[in-house]
Amino acid sequence: MRKAIQNFGRIGVQFMEGFGRSGYVLFRSLFRKPDFKHGFTCLVEQIYNEGVLSLSIIVVSGLFIGMVLGLQGYNILEKFGTTEALGQLVALSVVRELGPVVAALLFAGRAGSALTAEIGLMKATDQLSMMEMMAVDPLQRIISPRLWAGFISLPILATIFSAVAIYGGYLVGVKWLGVDAGAFWSGMQSNVSFRIDILNGIIKSLFFGVAVTWVAVFQGYDCVPTAEGISRATTRSVVYASLVILGLDFILTAMMLGGW
Amino acid sequence: MPGNFVTIKGLKFRFNDRWIFDDVDLEIPKGKITAVMGPSGTGKTTLLRLIGGQLCPEGGTIDVDGDNIHNLSRKNLYRVRKKMGMLFQSGALFSNLNVFDNVAFPLREHTNLTEEMIRDLVLIKLEAVGLRGAAGLMTSELSGGMSRRVALARAIALDPQMIMYDEPLTGQDPITMGVLVQLIKMLNDNLGLTSIIVSHDVKEIASIADYVYLLSDGKVIAHDIPEALFHSDEPHAKQFMQGLPDGPVPFHYPSIDLEKELFSERKS
Amino acid sequence: MYKKHSLEFMVGLFMLAGVIAFIVLALQVSGLTSYSSEPTYQITANFENVGDLKERAMVTVAGVNVGRVTDITLNPTTFAAVVTMSIENKYNNIPTDSTANIYTAGLLGANYISIVPGFDSAVLKNGGVIENTNQAMILQDLIGKFMFNTNKTQSATTK
Repeated sequence: MRKAIQNFGRIGVQFMEGFGRSGYVLFRSLFRKPDFKHGFTCLVEQIYNEGVLSLSIIVVSGLFIGMVLGLQGYNILEKFGTTEALGQLVALSVVRELGPVVAALLFAGRAGSALTAEIGLMKATDQLSMMEMMAVDPLQRIISPRLWAGFISLPILATIFSAVAIYGGYLVGVKWLGVDAGAFWSGMQSNVSFRIDILNGIIKSLFFGVAVTWVAVFQGYDCVPTAEGISRATTRSVVYASLVILGLDFILTAMMLGGW
Repeated sequence: MPGNFVTIKGLKFRFNDRWIFDDVDLEIPKGKITAVMGPSGTGKTTLLRLIGGQLCPEGGTIDVDGDNIHNLSRKNLYRVRKKMGMLFQSGALFSNLNVFDNVAFPLREHTNLTEEMIRDLVLIKLEAVGLRGAAGLMTSELSGGMSRRVALARAIALDPQMIMYDEPLTGQDPITMGVLVQLIKMLNDNLGLTSIIVSHDVKEIASIADYVYLLSDGKVIAHDIPEALFHSDEPHAKQFMQGLPDGPVPFHYPSIDLEKELFSERKS
Repeated sequence: MYKKHSLEFMVGLFMLAGVIAFIVLALQVSGLTSYSSEPTYQITANFENVGDLKERAMVTVAGVNVGRVTDITLNPTTFAAVVTMSIENKYNNIPTDSTANIYTAGLLGANYISIVPGFDSAVLKNGGVIENTNQAMILQDLIGKFMFNTNKTQSATTK
């Protein structure tokens, strides 16, 4: 019994320790004099790696999720004879929840794990130490642009995801199942609010972007510099990031619905 | 004697409960090649990281060119580090850049030279290690020996005053070893560098080193010019320099008596 | 150098796609467009009960969307709901004796206002008021009325 409590305590201490270190990494990476000479090039390169390269999976998943929503929604709404509400059903569920959350989960799997593996590999092959020995701060040169690129990329990806998903719902609902196009769009437009639904969805994805890249980058930076350590860190990165996304989503939703 | 570039006094360092260094004194003279040797696991790489200021010692001081490296602010530490080049065991080339960009990296970071001047400098450095023709290759296309040479070119890109070599010869074929040994010697003499080599390739390093420190169990067990160490009677030094399988460093991992263990196995 | 430029080009395209997606969401999905682009004029109508009517609900004439509800307030003296609507300027010939009804789209859909045009030659101007209104049909009331009526008829027949 005593031992169990002790173990529990140790987990807690380790967690807080990790949290503290990751906070330190985040702080030191973000709050510093920006390096204009290289910063911009690095940032563009990282947005390419994290954003552009994730685009295909985001677009394809978005399309399919929208199409499935259209199909399922139509079959449910048909029972109540209100298939005209399909537009708002698809739009609201995508813009408020599925867009930010699924895009963030995909981002964690595609870009987050790649980030962790890349930084872990750099650590294992002494590239980070080397950089430090060259009097270049790896936090600034390696970590910082990756963090910013993640913060920027995910909201863009989530927005694209939502737009594509709604188009997918439109394809299935209107083009295939024959819901009236006018009713589809007007029902959507009268029930989706720009501020409450769309802006809040984008705010959510901003938070998720910070969370996912932070977790991914820190797991890479803090990994045990061996092949096994990197693979563990990559797994942890995806697991932690997904948990954080879902937990954070609940908190944010509660705050937003609470009139925040 | 122009004095010492690095002076280490009373260095103490430990990983968890294991003392890696217990009261170590070392002096690295300017313009010479100093070799630090010792069995695996004696913390030779750790020593280089301590000199580079990446790790903090438990006690003792490390002076690099007049600065106590662990009392410096980050900015000053970076200033001192620009005087040092380091060659990691793996080469530690940046895997997302090609050979040319790897060598150009420190120049682009720390100087405001134009692209043409950087190009010329990089080609000169690559020529010095004989790899000018490989400038366009990616790092994944290089052999182990080549990537170490590229790393060497990168280490000398900013014309440092000291280069630290971490196991430069490990796992290389005899030809590559010969090339690297030649390069280290040549660079040291031509550029007036101070070199620290951490290694356990006794014969090759002894051929170019001016002075050798032997480390074992966290202590300096012997230090002398290479010839003298080969003929040393000190048991640790003798075992290491001549590569004897048993001696003060035992062949067996510490264990209870064999008979006792076999017997107890049967009983249970 | 070429590689770097193509990289920047791709990133530029990516950000552009993000902006386009954002605009699509803002205009096509949330219908932000009807707020700003078309010039509108305001009319009001007093309802006894607006039921589930919300701001930004559709205003239709003969099923065609002509504007939106912009504001719903309570008149503190008459306890009537005052609904302000903005109607697009191109529909500037709605007669003053038109009737405003609150309907429900489908069985469970959102409420909207349907204006049934009258025959007066005078038309509604900015700030005009629609006098004839029919309040929202509240499902519960209807069900209540229906049940009450059946009870009464039943008790009448048993007597």
